[in-house]
This record gives sequence, C-alpha cells and structure tokens, in this order.
Amino acid sequence: MEVSVWRGAGDRGGYQAFSVPAHDNQTVLDVVSWIQQAVDPSLTYRYACRVGMCGSCAMMVNGQPRWTCRTHVKRVLEDGKLQIGPLRNLPVIKDLAADMDPFFDKWVKAGGVHKPSRSRAEPIQQVSPDEPGRVVANTAIECINCSVCYAACDTVAGNPDYLGPAALQRAWTLYNDVKVQDRQAILDAATGPGGCMNCHSQGSCTRFCPNELDPLSAIAGLKRAAAKSFLKGRG
Amino acid sequence: MLGLRLYMAQRLSAMVMGPLVLGHLAVMVYAIQGGLSSAEILARTQGSVAWFLFYGGFVLAVSIHAAIGLRVILHETTGLRGLALELFTWVMGLGLLIMGARAVAAVTVL
Ligand code: HEM
Ligand code: SF4
Ligand code: SF4
Ligand code: FES
Repeated sequence: MEVSVWRGAGDRGGYQAFSVPAHDNQTVLDVVSWIQQAVDPSLTYRYACRVGMCGSCAMMVNGQPRWTCRTHVKRVLEDGKLQIGPLRNLPVIKDLAADMDPFFDKWVKAGGVHKPSRSRAEPIQQVSPDEPGRVVANTAIECINCSVCYAACDTVAGNPDYLGPAALQRAWTLYNDVKVQDRQAILDAATGPGGCMNCHSQGSCTRFCPNELDPLSAIAGLKRAAAKSFLKGRG
Repeated sequence: MLGLRLYMAQRLSAMVMGPLVLGHLAVMVYAIQGGLSSAEILARTQGSVAWFLFYGGFVLAVSIHAAIGLRVILHETTGLRGLALELFTWVMGLGLLIMGARAVAAVTVL
C-alpha cells in the first residue's frame, strides 16, 4: 500500500512516499511504526498506550483527525492510499509529532484546573451519582485529551485565540460539578477572551471525537449559562 | 473575536429580527392580495409612528447584527484584529444604519 507521511519541522516540510506491506488487521499506528522500524528510524511520532487510553497518538489521516492506535487502515484507506500528517491547528515539532502546548494551555485558560472546595482536614464530600449536575458532568469525563476535536475545529483554524472544544467541554464539566464552589469563576474564564461565544456550532468536534463525547452540546450549555448570567447583569 | 457583550448583542438583535421578518412577510402578502398601489401603501405608512418603529427597529437590529457578524467573518478569514477590527465593525454598523434610516425615512416620514 502507498503511504505518504509528513516529514519536516516547524512550518517547513513535505510528504514522503513509502511502500508498506498491507495486513488484514492493521492500524494506522502500526503503519507508522513499521516505517520507523523497517525503513527510517528517524521518523518522529508519538504514542504510548496503543489502546485508546492515553490520547497521545492522534494524527491527520487522509485529511481527517484520528486516534491512530484505534483506527483500522481498512476503514480509512482511499484508493489504496494513506496520507498521514501531524495534527491540524497545532505547531509541528517534527514529522508527525505536534506540539500540544497550546492545546493544554487553553485547558488552563478555560478554567479547567480543579480548585478543591474543602481541605484535607474536612470530611470527604458525598456526591450522589443521581444528582443532576453530576449526571451532566459524567458525560465528558472520558475525555483523553487527544486533541482530535481541536484539530477538527474550523473555528480554531480561523481564530487561534479560540479555546476550542476540549477545553470548553472541561469547563462545562467543572461548572456542573457539585464539588466546585465558585461556578461563576469558571463561567468567567469560559466567556473570557477566545471563549465559548466564538463557537459556530457546526459540530466537527462531536463528529470526530473518538470517544463519542459531545463537546458541541457542552459548549451550547456554556452559552446558555453565559447568556443567563449576562441577563442577570453580570456582563 | 467575540466578547460576551457582542455575542449577546448579536443574538438579541437576531431575536428582534425574527418576528419582524415574519410581520414584514405577512404585510407584503396582505398588501399584494388587497391590490394596493405604491401610492396607497405610502399613504398608510407615511406619518405612521407604528410603521416607523417597526421598520426603524428592524434597521437598528440589522445594523447591530450584521456588523458583528461581518466582524467575525473578517477576523476568521484575514486575522484582522485590534483597532482596525473595531473600526470595521463601527463603519459597517453605522453604514447600514444610515442606509436603512434613509429608506425608513422615505417610507414612514411625511
Ligand atoms: C431573522 C433574522 C436573522 C436571524 C435569526 C439571524 C441569526 C443569526 C445567528 C444565530 C448568527 C450566529 C451564527 C454563528 O455564530 O455561527 C448569525 C450570524 C450572522 N448573521 Fe444573522 N440572522 C438574521 C438575519 C440576518 C441579516 C438580515 C443579516 C445581514 C443583513 C445577517 C447577517 C449575519 C452575518 C454576517 C453573520 C455572521 C456569520 C457567522 O458568524 O457565522 N443576519 N445570524
Ligand atoms: S461546534 Fe464549536 S467547538 Fe465544535 S468544531 Fe464547531 S466551532 Fe469548534
Ligand atoms: S473531547 Fe474527544 S476528541 Fe476532544 S480531546 Fe477529549 S477525547 Fe479527544
Ligand atoms: S496510543 Fe494511547 S490513545 Fe493511541
């Protein structure tokens, strides 16, 4: 099978063609590893768990963001060809390794850091699994920080300040978490510069999230909460 | 490039436009079916405070709404920001307001 792989650092580079033996069961990550092990040891890429847990292996595959360790070649091959590049919307360190710093910086900017409301001297807060806020918060806790949604988002592409789907979904999770005391602080962060208002609701994030999470709806929730708080005079 | 204020201004102005567009369509259908001439229509609208508020409100809402919308498109396609982007938003908003105000004046002011 014909595979073209992005080679280069920073803004510069180009696709390099490789011929890779096809197998019945083969993931995109297997293809990349084969090239690195059998043809060119200098090929740079990133992975860790190989089972869809760690979120480090995401790349552009035939133009679409995918978790490569759990993407079967058979399902994404187009005319027997595969094009593999570094994740979109992020700077490239080298070859297939994108620099994830902007992605994680925005998690912090969107209020994604958990600020405990109790000290270790106090008893552990009981949280009922049926509490409505907990139910909403639960929908997003399987996020593996893979940045697939961030790479899929056209608004991030056009507006580099935009915090992006994963960070805002995290903010929505914390906003609904009963253990979080200062919910307004989270809303303020999520509606600050590059905040949830910039989302155009086209839903590429939800379409591409490999864990079938729904950042689009989380952001819609943030927008509703922000509008309510604005109308109450907290503009 | 959209703060919460601009976001709310754009959504609230869209909410104002919604019913006004429907009202406008309804009146158009009514006026055509009744066979009113332009002179007859103008006779009803000119000097009418209600029609002035109806179309004046629409023009105001469009000016706010479209200026913010174009600002977003311009920023996302060219990366323009800062003072130039503010200026663009205001020029668009005021330009639409002036053009719309002329039309409203012609139709509803005696
Ligand atoms: C009933 C009438 C209207 C409604 C309900 C409406 C609603 C909306 C909404 C919800 C958006 C935000 C889309 C987004 O951010 O993804 C939007 C954007 C926009 N609207 Fe309207 N609109 C209306 C009429 C108009 C009119 C009459 C104009 C121009 C004269 C206009 C120009 C724009 C522009 C330029 C944008 C920016 C596009 C974007 O942000 O994606 N709209 N409109
Ligand atoms: S719905 Fe919003 S966050 Fe998701 S891809 Fe579209 S603009 Fe980005
Ligand atoms: S929301 Fe989905 S696509 Fe986005 S980082 Fe989390 S797991 Fe990845
Ligand atoms: S290698 Fe861990 S998610 Fe793919």
